[in-house]
Amino acid sequence: MTVANGLYRRRRAANTVYLTLSWVATGLGLAVLFLILGELLWKGIPALGIDFFTKETPGPGSTGGGMANAIIGSVFMTGLATLVGTPVGVLTGTYLAEYGRDSYIAPTVRFVNDILLSAPSIVIGVFVYGIVVVPMHSFSGWAGAAALAVIAVPVVVRTTEDMLKLVPGSLREAAVALGAPQWKVIVLVTYRAALQGMLTGVMLAVARIAGETAPLLFTAVSNQFTSLDMNREMANLPVVIFNFANSAYGNWIELAWGGALLITFTILILNIVARVLASWSNRTS
Amino acid sequence: MASTLTVETRRRVDSQRIQDAAFRGATRVFAIGVLVLLGAVLVSLAMGAAPAFDKFGWRFLVGQSWNPVTENFGALPAIYGTLVTSLIAMLIAIPLGFGIAVFLTELCPPALRRPIGTLIELLAAIPSIIYGIWGFFVLAPVMAEYVQPALIGSLGQLPVVGALFSGAPFGLGVLTAGLILAIMVLPFIASVTRDVFLTVPPMLRESAYGVGATTAEVVRHIVLPYTRTGVIGGIMLGLGRALGETMAVTFVIGNANRLSPSLLAPGTTISATLANQFAEAKDDMYVASLFALGLILFVITLLVLAAAKLLLLSLDQRAAK
Repeated sequence: MTVANGLYRRRRAANTVYLTLSWVATGLGLAVLFLILGELLWKGIPALGIDFFTKETPGPGSTGGGMANAIIGSVFMTGLATLVGTPVGVLTGTYLAEYGRDSYIAPTVRFVNDILLSAPSIVIGVFVYGIVVVPMHSFSGWAGAAALAVIAVPVVVRTTEDMLKLVPGSLREAAVALGAPQWKVIVLVTYRAALQGMLTGVMLAVARIAGETAPLLFTAVSNQFTSLDMNREMANLPVVIFNFANSAYGNWIELAWGGALLITFTILILNIVARVLASWSNRTS
Repeated sequence: MASTLTVETRRRVDSQRIQDAAFRGATRVFAIGVLVLLGAVLVSLAMGAAPAFDKFGWRFLVGQSWNPVTENFGALPAIYGTLVTSLIAMLIAIPLGFGIAVFLTELCPPALRRPIGTLIELLAAIPSIIYGIWGFFVLAPVMAEYVQPALIGSLGQLPVVGALFSGAPFGLGVLTAGLILAIMVLPFIASVTRDVFLTVPPMLRESAYGVGATTAEVVRHIVLPYTRTGVIGGIMLGLGRALGETMAVTFVIGNANRLSPSLLAPGTTISATLANQFAEAKDDMYVASLFALGLILFVITLLVLAAAKLLLLSLDQRAAK
């Protein structure tokens, strides 16, 4: 069956061109991902020795060194920001999902939250500089953690609301029919049903703030030494990577690649685990 | 009925009622807190920026000099750089993101749909500093060695357009920054576009195939008209990201505070200026001018993101009908 119609052939040809281009676009996207990951592995693995995790960042011109102080500072500030951001985000998400149905505030909060989710993180840094660094008269770990917490909240709000909405209404109605007050229904029934999904939200929030650099540049700044004093500058991986990658010292640049590898794979693993958890909880509910 | 309740039960019911109100109130307070947060960011930026706007007025927006020594500040080069890098990013990322969405919804074997979609979304999870360091050490040398000399040799020789591609191939510059931004916003545009493509009722799509349309024609004449608002919303979302992106740009734009017609020349953006200078700024007027830059960036991105959200919301409402 050969249709030797000119129009038909033209349409077929146009279709082939379009579809090939869309294959190429996908290929390019995937290629960039693998190029970046490959480069990170290639340049980063040589840096990840024992020293990397046990020694402090080297001063200018000195050899060797590690990232111990930066890793500790990052874990500390990320942890603190998550501890603050999670309850705030969960409660807000609860309001949107459970109480927001006939409220005029809820749509506005949802809208603003979605905007904050994409707002430039460096502006959050400027904001925290204004309300924390200026009154304290110094850069500090507190300021860094505050900036990260502000960035974490919208992520937790979003996923909490989405996950609570997946819990079937019949579960809530059953609990209410037994005479449980609404807050007990939410805490003991809805939260339990959505627990995996809500955990996903927290993991995504950690993944989001673990690599944030811009809001730390002028809040936590950096510190050459290990310090848990939250009132002073605090070392952290992203800012150290930024400073070291722009330097002229070979060992600094190598450490920067090591740090980049560590951060990226931590974040990718968190993301993948979160996705798997979310798809499980969707299946069971 | 009430009289048959014991005093004990009564008390328990009452205390439950109070607890209920307290829990509801607590969630409400935090929800309103999100609104307060946005207001607080705007107010604190505006207060920090006030001295700069008092001193320079509207000239701040059009001034070209950025001189901490003479305390003369103008935001034009930074605003220009922000807009131009984002424009380049969108010109590259829109067709690519569109292609990926078409691939994922129309072409991809169903078994590969999830994994490939996830891989594309993982591009969005990589922190921007990683794009920066990769752009600085890998992309910029490639640009300097191959891409930019080729551009200078071909497009650079044309009249008018040539000015955009003149100068020396530094590797670092506005074009490289736009390219890195394109990679960064690609996953946002691709995944939103894919999601809105999936809202097209299968019946519409199948009817078109049924009357003999090719895949390209189905996308062009059925899917796109149906999802136009959503696609534009996704593009605006990507634009909002591109405008405020900081670390990747800071690494590769070359950080020169001047207006240059050439895309190959170093430039700066609002976010890159903030990233490079804020920690060192000491004088009041210098800090105020940086706050003013932050305020300008925040207001621009708020408007773009709000428009994006409204477009996507209108699509949701139509889908719900």
